[in-house]
Amino acid sequence: MVGLGHYIALSLILFIIGMFGFIFRRNLIVMLVCIEVMLNGLIIMFAAISHYTKDISGYIVVFFIIAMAAAEAAIGLSLVVLIYKKLRKKVYSDEITFFKG
Amino acid sequence: MVEKSFEVIREFNLTIFLIPFLPFAASIITLTLGRLYWRDKAHYLPVLAVFLSFILGFKTLFDVLGGKIYEFDIYTWILSSHLKVGLGFLVDPLSIMMVCMVCSLSFLIHVYSIGYMHGDPGYYRFFSYIALFTFSMLMLVLSNNLVQLFLGWEAVGLCSYFLIGFWYEKKSAADAAKKAFIVNRVGDFGFALGIYMVFYFLGTLYYHEMFPKLHLIAHKYIHIGGWEIHVPFLISFLLFCGAMGKSAQVPLHVWLPDAMEGPTPVSALIHAATMVTAGVFMVSRLHSLFEMSEAAMAMVAFVGAFTCFMAATIAPTQFDIKRVIAFSTLSQLGYMFMACGVGAFAVGMFHLFTHAYFKALLFLGAGSVIHALHHAPDPNDIRIMGGLRKYMPITFWTFLIASLSISGVPGFAGFFSKDEILSHAFFSEYPWGKIIWFIGWFVAALTAFYTFRIVFKAFCGEFRGREVLHGEVPHESPKVMTIPLIIIAFGAIFSGWLGIPESLGGGAHFMKFLESVVGEPKVVHEASHGLEYFLMLLSVLAGLTGIGLAWLVYVKKPELETAFSSRFRRIYTFLFRKWYFDELYYYTIVRPTLWIAEFVVKLILDTFVIENTVNGSAYSVDTVGSGLRKFHNGIVNYYNVFILLGVIIYFIVFYLR
Repeated sequence: MVGLGHYIALSLILFIIGMFGFIFRRNLIVMLVCIEVMLNGLIIMFAAISHYTKDISGYIVVFFIIAMAAAEAAIGLSLVVLIYKKLRKKVYSDEITFFKG
Repeated sequence: MVEKSFEVIREFNLTIFLIPFLPFAASIITLTLGRLYWRDKAHYLPVLAVFLSFILGFKTLFDVLGGKIYEFDIYTWILSSHLKVGLGFLVDPLSIMMVCMVCSLSFLIHVYSIGYMHGDPGYYRFFSYIALFTFSMLMLVLSNNLVQLFLGWEAVGLCSYFLIGFWYEKKSAADAAKKAFIVNRVGDFGFALGIYMVFYFLGTLYYHEMFPKLHLIAHKYIHIGGWEIHVPFLISFLLFCGAMGKSAQVPLHVWLPDAMEGPTPVSALIHAATMVTAGVFMVSRLHSLFEMSEAAMAMVAFVGAFTCFMAATIAPTQFDIKRVIAFSTLSQLGYMFMACGVGAFAVGMFHLFTHAYFKALLFLGAGSVIHALHHAPDPNDIRIMGGLRKYMPITFWTFLIASLSISGVPGFAGFFSKDEILSHAFFSEYPWGKIIWFIGWFVAALTAFYTFRIVFKAFCGEFRGREVLHGEVPHESPKVMTIPLIIIAFGAIFSGWLGIPESLGGGAHFMKFLESVVGEPKVVHEASHGLEYFLMLLSVLAGLTGIGLAWLVYVKKPELETAFSSRFRRIYTFLFRKWYFDELYYYTIVRPTLWIAEFVVKLILDTFVIENTVNGSAYSVDTVGSGLRKFHNGIVNYYNVFILLGVIIYFIVFYLR
């Protein structure tokens, strides 16, 4: 029987994978994918807790996050494409230093 | 003692309120609107306001003559336990006499300034300041308590500062203004302490509450550093410090000759007729305090006598026409203090009154000459004048009237007041009366000499300024200047007729009017008329000798002019350098102050405090910034790590707290 603990464990695992991927990978597209992974981890957490506590608000947050993730992916990917065009075919984050102070 | 009893009215009186506040309103409005909108019409409002004040003052004079005294507060300024300070008015014979004198002269000098200041870029500013001065002076004389007197006292000082430094782009004018202000601060420090002492010992600052309590301190002594000091003397001394500053008595007289850098109408109104006499007014107002201490009276008398003598010896050596008249003012102020110092306060005020007219006339006459010669590089220098009588007849005749008046020629105003001072000094019951009389008598001759030196050098003989004026000849001033001259000339003759002494068949009405406020002079015995006539003859002779000597030296035998200066080189230089007072102050006060200032500011404050603060803050910001910049490398991954670290630290702190 799959219980709440399993769902929480799955969500934490997904979140940590996403987090470390986001921190340590240099490819911008992979970093975006990692953000999606983190978000998915969160969604699972919300949905599971919502199901077990019979509280509808968790599901609503889930829908919000999905909508937001779609928008974020659209903007993020378009930024990546722009960076790819402008900065001479570079999509690696350690080579993009124009934010340097 | 008091001939008629006065009725004291304590209700608010709009007329009296308007006397000072009309010029005030005119000043503020002129200052705000004058520069942009009125420009060369800026004089309308102040002239009108001062004229209305004059009319109202004159109306009030008749009320006071009819036996009324007004005393009321319009506003409570400070109220703290026993201390009560209001803004109020006291209209009695003494103050109404000052009001009439101030308003009449102020009005005439406003009119004169229309001509004198014509075309000056600061025209509106001039009229605003001088109206503000009129307001301050009226507040000073009308006040019913010491703090308001002090307020007016400081305000006239401020206006004097503004007006001396009126042409502030000229360095000498700016310096003279600063000098006047700073020297007055020295005196005012004493004055403020004196007011404090009055409150400490008497518990009140209102005149009408103060005077009945004075007997409480008559035999009081205070220990200061092992000395036992008579309290009335201490208070009188401190208050007299203020009077020495404002009325330019030794040792605080140094600012007045320099104050001549201001426009001439200012010299006439502020530095001859009104502001500088505030000290005499104050001493007369507080006469019962000064009379309680013989030492204080002696101090007043001898400071006055010394100033009188010193200034009269300096005046003949100066070449700047306004400076000569300024030293003459010092000398005449000395006379007034001499009168106060022998207990003849009413006579001192009488001399103040007549002096205001003839001295204002001398200054305005000098101003007329300067106006005529203003193309010359130094229009004040009497060496370039001469023969002006032909070109400027009205100025000449009015100047001559003023000179005859100051020299004490019988029939003119100065004769009556100066003679009254001398005879009161001679018959005074104070032991120093005879000495004061002698000094006054001797200075009378000097006064006539240096005044007629100007008359003969400037108005007689040949015009000597052709080269500096490039062949131009001076011309008479416009009517707007000569008509006030003529009116004041009447004052310089007839103002003395209000107080013709009894021995000459007059009624001494002026003195009797004031004696109800300032007390009767203390004379030893009823003077015999014979002796009085003899003294009068002596002083007239002194005056005529002075005039004759001036005529001999400057007209008959001009070669004598340099004889004194070449034979007595040392004395001449001593006098010419004004008894070295300026040098003395320069080396004992100004220089050490500058050294200390340089040491403190430049070496300590500037280097260690300010420099380190400024540079230190810049350096620390720079260091912190460049340290933090290393984290800001633009690589997103690092930022992610910092976010993660931040979250971790947050949770650690949150849970382990």
